[in-house]
Amino acid sequence: MDPDQYNRVVKAIGKRELFAQGDEAYAYGALLAGCRFFAGYPITPATETAEVMSELLPRVGGTHIQMEDEIASMGAIIGASLAGVKSMTVTSGPGFSLMQENIGYACMVEAPCVVVDVQRSGPSTGQPTEPSQGDIMQARWGSHGDYEIIALAPNSVQESLELTIECFNLSEKYRNPVFLMTDGEVGHMREGIILPDYGEYEINEREKPQRRPQEYVPFLPEEGKVPRIANFGCGYHTYLTGLTHKPDGLPATDDAGIHTQLVTRLCEKISEDTDKLTKVEELYLDDAEAAVVCYGITSRAALYAVKILRSRGKKVGYLRLITIWPFPEMVLRSLGAQVKRILVPEMNLGQLFHKVKEAVGHDTEVNKLSRIGGVMHSPQDIIEALKN
Amino acid sequence: MKGNDKIRREYLSRFANRSYFMQGDESVAYGSLYAGCDFFAGYPITPASEVAEVMSAELPRVDGYYIQMEDELASLSAVIGAVWAGAKGMTATSGPGFSLMQENIGYAVMTETPCVIVNVQRSGPSTGQATKPAQGDIMQARWGTHGDHEIIALAPNSVQECFELAIEAFNLSEEYRTPVIILMDGEVGHMREKIIMPPLDKVKIRERKLATGDELLFGGELIPPMAEFGVGRFIHVTGSTHKESGIRDVESQQAHHTLVTRLCKKIADNRDRIIRFEENHLEDADFVVISYGATARPAAGAVLRARGEGKKIGMLRLITIWPFPESKVRELGARVKKIFVPEMNLGQLSREIERFVKCEVIPIPKIGGIAHTIDEIYSALKGEV
Amino acid sequence: MRTEIRIAGFGGQGVVLAGLLLGEAAIRDGKQAVQTQSYGPESRGGAARSEILISDEKIDYPKVIEADILVALSQEAFDKFRPAVRKGGTIIIDRDLVNAEADKVHSAPFTKMADNLGKKVVANSVMLGYLVASTEVISAESMQAVIREKVPKHTIDINLQAYDEGIEFWRQEK
Repeated sequence: MDPDQYNRVVKAIGKRELFAQGDEAYAYGALLAGCRFFAGYPITPATETAEVMSELLPRVGGTHIQMEDEIASMGAIIGASLAGVKSMTVTSGPGFSLMQENIGYACMVEAPCVVVDVQRSGPSTGQPTEPSQGDIMQARWGSHGDYEIIALAPNSVQESLELTIECFNLSEKYRNPVFLMTDGEVGHMREGIILPDYGEYEINEREKPQRRPQEYVPFLPEEGKVPRIANFGCGYHTYLTGLTHKPDGLPATDDAGIHTQLVTRLCEKISEDTDKLTKVEELYLDDAEAAVVCYGITSRAALYAVKILRSRGKKVGYLRLITIWPFPEMVLRSLGAQVKRILVPEMNLGQLFHKVKEAVGHDTEVNKLSRIGGVMHSPQDIIEALKN
Repeated sequence: MKGNDKIRREYLSRFANRSYFMQGDESVAYGSLYAGCDFFAGYPITPASEVAEVMSAELPRVDGYYIQMEDELASLSAVIGAVWAGAKGMTATSGPGFSLMQENIGYAVMTETPCVIVNVQRSGPSTGQATKPAQGDIMQARWGTHGDHEIIALAPNSVQECFELAIEAFNLSEEYRTPVIILMDGEVGHMREKIIMPPLDKVKIRERKLATGDELLFGGELIPPMAEFGVGRFIHVTGSTHKESGIRDVESQQAHHTLVTRLCKKIADNRDRIIRFEENHLEDADFVVISYGATARPAAGAVLRARGEGKKIGMLRLITIWPFPESKVRELGARVKKIFVPEMNLGQLSREIERFVKCEVIPIPKIGGIAHTIDEIYSALKGEV
Repeated sequence: MRTEIRIAGFGGQGVVLAGLLLGEAAIRDGKQAVQTQSYGPESRGGAARSEILISDEKIDYPKVIEADILVALSQEAFDKFRPAVRKGGTIIIDRDLVNAEADKVHSAPFTKMADNLGKKVVANSVMLGYLVASTEVISAESMQAVIREKVPKHTIDINLQAYDEGIEFWRQEK
């Protein structure tokens, strides 16, 4: 993106320093990352993102469509993305469930796109206005078949903006849908934020194929495991299908070898880069004997609690997962080798808790601390749980 | 919506004690008819369409209803509605349709609607290999819909077992008032084997508990009674968080906590009653193969061959996938040296097994639509035992 | 220093907007602020609340632990959140909507004052004037500037008037 375009976005937003909601920050981050297409369907607590996009996208030369439902929304952003436009949609649990089939399609045709799930209390329509972290496992396993996904979780409004940019960067780099797994608390929370300067964050643009049109093989990586996209209408012949396909894009559903090769590559392009993709925040861990492992809004209570415990001389550390998927297994494994106890507070009945437990091995005690029903943990909850 | 039981019994009596050579898809349909299924709504998809075919032919003959809907979302909705009107309902699909059903699965969980969803798994993601079998939706069955929930899922490995587990699925769904998923795969679904259908009166059917007065329909006990639309009592059904009466209460943390933990507990606390598995040669085993569905067939062959060579290897076949038989797996893991897990996916249940055992877990994944051969599993075992 | 403010009432009273304006004003004062909200699916009538934390440092936990200031605009809100006020904390109520009994509270007829101005919905601006004047938690100027900037254009004057009346009411009562 050139500085002019960037400044056009900043101008459309109006101010550099804002007191904004998480929902608004996803929109700002998307626009700064170059997102110029949004399709969505309103749902509490995610609607504000669509509101901002509907207002600002036309001003920066982009398109906002309100679709008839979430299935169509996901379909629309896949199409727009493959036509060369950075695209995203925003929803909450019920809509995220409806998107699951097209998420699998996006993985299979390797369409870069960003899906923000502002999690609310489920299952089903549950408590529409109450926050939760109940879709964490769904993000990994919601669509059928074997696939891998990238998912990030912000814990502040500023980080909401930054991680949305990161989601776009990763989706372009890995040619995969990327999820921002946020929640109704961060989504509706207002904090002071500062829009980054031009160049402050790297913004990845889609790389064009190096091969000429007649030599282009749509699903044959020119290097590494990620093939380059020839956007629709740019003179290259391309073929897209959710069916198992050969490197030329044409369906080949009878050949076990082709399927194995394709699906393995789709998984490995992400799983092999787990270390590169892993982002965590580590505090007070050096001498820690116990640690809180957390993500998203829950980490705000956790850090507050850890600081209080530290002031009382307790050797408690703090590990916040910013990357949820691929799961940062190695980080947890080494934490497990260091501390005796791990507490995993989550606004669900214990979802990532299982992954933490699996990763740290059997010699570290791992406890969950669940809160459902829309009320987040208090620091006191966490302090009490660590005491026992 | 409820079909006439006399007509159903009379019609089904013709199958009693007779043997047939049929597909798993057909067998799961007949099992459902035996269980009392009188409503089917679905949308055709390979390799599950044969379930719908049988149901479309047979349901009218047992005074039941068959509807082909416009898509899979509508199919599960229709089933849920019919069940609240008194029917026993089911649908059948494969991966892409199963993904589309995820929102309504959560609705069925939340509204405690008994129903059966057959997923004849094919090779994914997306439309993948439409005609090829897979076991790639194992984790999706557990986690595919948003929010905290528990689910029951069964995996048959033969045509006869498709029949039996269809009955079991209906029984569990009625008993626990929850959707039950039959995780078949294209291999079992399209395979033909001999099946003997029992006399109807030899089949144990567990019926839903119905309210006799104005009992609470969504609380008061772990599994509250149901009521039917149109019988004169007030019923309020919502996917939103609700009180024990069924009336929406979406702001109370307590109401949500009470509801969702009960929904989870009614399955989690009854694990031991729900869970079924088959054990072979485990008494002296130092090594064990854990398998399920179609893969369990070649796995059993490989185990037999290794035992023939004097290896102390046994097999655990999971019939219930969810709730996961963790205490059985934990117990095994504590006494064997290695666990092998052949699956027609990139290693889904093997990760689940790893969580509960300290011994080494060796996945034997295979994708691409061709089932493991005995040789393949045997050679994977051979170097390790 | 971390100041915790909770404004609670029912939907339609402008509880969330008041929180937003307070947070904006705090930012304008060069402080850190977080505002969170809780409300039901109804647009009017259901319980609503807004929490604002103001601090000179980065704010970890974004929710009220023990309120330094409670603004209660309904009896239900008062009864529910009164116990969660810090010892020595400030309680502000709409005296026509809340019966605080013997409790030591600041009270003013926000809704009635707004009604007298001809627009009941500006009760939150009256309340903000009173809150800012009585607690000095943020500067009166920042608050005024933020109201000017954030409320719908055709209501700027009446909101500012309401705000001033809130300040004035505190001065006279004091």
